[in-house]
Amino acid sequence: MIKRKEVLADLQTRFKKEITDIFDKSPHRVYIDIPPSALVPMSRYIFQDLGARFNIASGVDTRSHIEILYHFTIEDINLLISLRVRLNRQKPVIASLTTVCEAANWIEREIHELLGVDFTGHPDLRRLLLSDQWPDKVYPLRRDYKEWDKGAVRDRGVK
Amino acid sequence: MKKTVIPIGPYHPLQEEPEFFMLTVEGETVVDVDVQVGYNHRGIEKLSELKTFDQSTFVIERICGICSTSHPFAYTRAVEDICDIEAPMRAKYIRTIIAEGERMHSHLLWLGLAGHFLGYNTVYMWVWKLREEILDIMEIISGNRNNYAMFKPGGVRRDINPDDIPLVMKKLDKILPTLKMLYKAVRDDPVLHARTKGVGVLSREAALDFSALGPTSRASGVARDVRKDTVYGAYHEMDWEMIVTKNGDVYDKVAVRILEMLESIKILKYCFLHLPDGEIDAHIKNIPPGEGIGTHEAPRGETFHYVRSDGGNGPVRHKVRAPTFMNLPTYKATIKGAKIADASIILAAIDPCYCCTERMAVSDTKGERLFDGRELIRLSQQETLKWKQKLGAVEPPLEKLTRGTL
Amino acid sequence: MGITTKALLKSLWVFHLSTGSCNNCDIEVLDCLTPRFDVERFGIKLVGSIRHADVLLVTGSCNRKSAERLVKLYKEAPQPCLVVAIGECSLSRGIFIPSYNCPRPLDKLVPVSAYIPGCPPKPEAIISGIVKLIQKVKGK
Repeated sequence: MIKRKEVLADLQTRFKKEITDIFDKSPHRVYIDIPPSALVPMSRYIFQDLGARFNIASGVDTRSHIEILYHFTIEDINLLISLRVRLNRQKPVIASLTTVCEAANWIEREIHELLGVDFTGHPDLRRLLLSDQWPDKVYPLRRDYKEWDKGAVRDRGVK
Repeated sequence: MKKTVIPIGPYHPLQEEPEFFMLTVEGETVVDVDVQVGYNHRGIEKLSELKTFDQSTFVIERICGICSTSHPFAYTRAVEDICDIEAPMRAKYIRTIIAEGERMHSHLLWLGLAGHFLGYNTVYMWVWKLREEILDIMEIISGNRNNYAMFKPGGVRRDINPDDIPLVMKKLDKILPTLKMLYKAVRDDPVLHARTKGVGVLSREAALDFSALGPTSRASGVARDVRKDTVYGAYHEMDWEMIVTKNGDVYDKVAVRILEMLESIKILKYCFLHLPDGEIDAHIKNIPPGEGIGTHEAPRGETFHYVRSDGGNGPVRHKVRAPTFMNLPTYKATIKGAKIADASIILAAIDPCYCCTERMAVSDTKGERLFDGRELIRLSQQETLKWKQKLGAVEPPLEKLTRGTL
Repeated sequence: MGITTKALLKSLWVFHLSTGSCNNCDIEVLDCLTPRFDVERFGIKLVGSIRHADVLLVTGSCNRKSAERLVKLYKEAPQPCLVVAIGECSLSRGIFIPSYNCPRPLDKLVPVSAYIPGCPPKPEAIISGIVKLIQKVKGK
């Protein structure tokens, strides 16, 4: 059974040019910073060759850029690898992960409508959660989201 | 696809509304499905940023009512991951007790609904009556039937009174023989076999590709369970088995859930009898800047919470991923080629939140709407009647369960 | 009171709708029909279509997608149809007041006859609420 140290050493040698930073937080958590172009080849290796499971992707709007973390779990050694990519806040674009696994389909639709990231190559990038009445180009999870609905009631209704 | 609605029959005048699952059929076979969600979206991730770390636990509990403990469990583990602190041992045991109690009530709820879809209405009523015993246990321990509010980052909020434990053990002993009887009844009922064996098969490759979780993946031969893969709670303190089967059909999913309930009773009894003394809270004073990830095996699969902190009072970003988010797309893989009468039971086998299954609709390839959700359940119940008549007018063993027990 | 209202008090047929809830209140409503609480002995029945219903039980915080559905459904209900709001979410949206997807509370969309607070209200509370509703209608 492959060990944690070997997995990390293998990733570091194989993707030496791409990895910009590795944060070895604890025995079960590793955060690896990569450029957006390295996402698909590295994910393909982790998903298919290391046999990891794609957990989920979480998008964050820090005020300077948009970050997406892709989480993979290798169950045999209980290791959670999180790949971090940083995208330009004005025009966030990245290749879709659906070519690697079907599990990324819905989460990319969700990040697309809540944060405004464009996933190139996604088969069906329509709305998942928000209603059709929701205006275009208004992204709720961004830091500069403002209330657009004039008729919204935001008090408890008690005088 | 342009939708034209035609009111059908004396049963249900149809309402024009977007449906959760638009099934497209040719004749009796389903050829495609379009899944639409968003009816429960309340913006909880954004709400969590307005609260402190402690307050967020209460918001998180209300993401789902059926697995309401799994979200605080994963969230508090995520916050503890940021600080690199572990809860004390007594708190871990109490957390395990609450989590397993919830697993039992969730699986019993699901079993009742599956029985309703298949036309076994006596099972539906009877299992939900059994479920009340579990809710009594939870009320004795935590004070409430559903939202227990027992979790906080660092431990648990309330202790278990040792005087309550004998009563709780008595209730657990009462439930166990009836569960075993239920398992035997399911195993020996030929009509149930005819309705569920080979139906809605999720292959191992599809389970891996969709990253299916929980009983949905364990029924397809993928041995994944956070309680075995990660050391947390009290799960590594006692012997219990992970239930894995290999066929991936609806029958396997039923069997996995019933057997998991028997293992849960084992875990619960061990925890009550061996509850260690000590603190119930690690008293975390402030959360440093950083990121943390917490997971927990909810009744439906792995719950995943990612929390980012900048040293302030509350989370800067809180990502919540419920297991049904990964399991629901597998419906696309299991429904193609199935009959309309099996549509509701195949969906129920994934165990989504129950109000999803109320809102299915079927249209043919020309876009004309044929049936709605309740009609589909009725079709499923009729199919069971047909099998009951085909296999002879023998009274199915499940009906025997209502005589004199409980 | 009119003859229709008098008639409906004998045996209430309820239709249950969830407008974006966590399902806890919905499970407690279903729990009322199970053998321990068993409201069917009072003649209260859960029906499958709004056209047959006398009472509309609403749970959930009326998020944007579900609110359209709720209003359409209420228009199709035969009058008199009493609306009962169950659980804190349908009362005022509770913790979801600041949420971007829950803009308006239930009583701004449809007229509500009874409010049953709780998160979730216990089945005893739900039954007590329905009894109070019946008394209120009788007392008019």
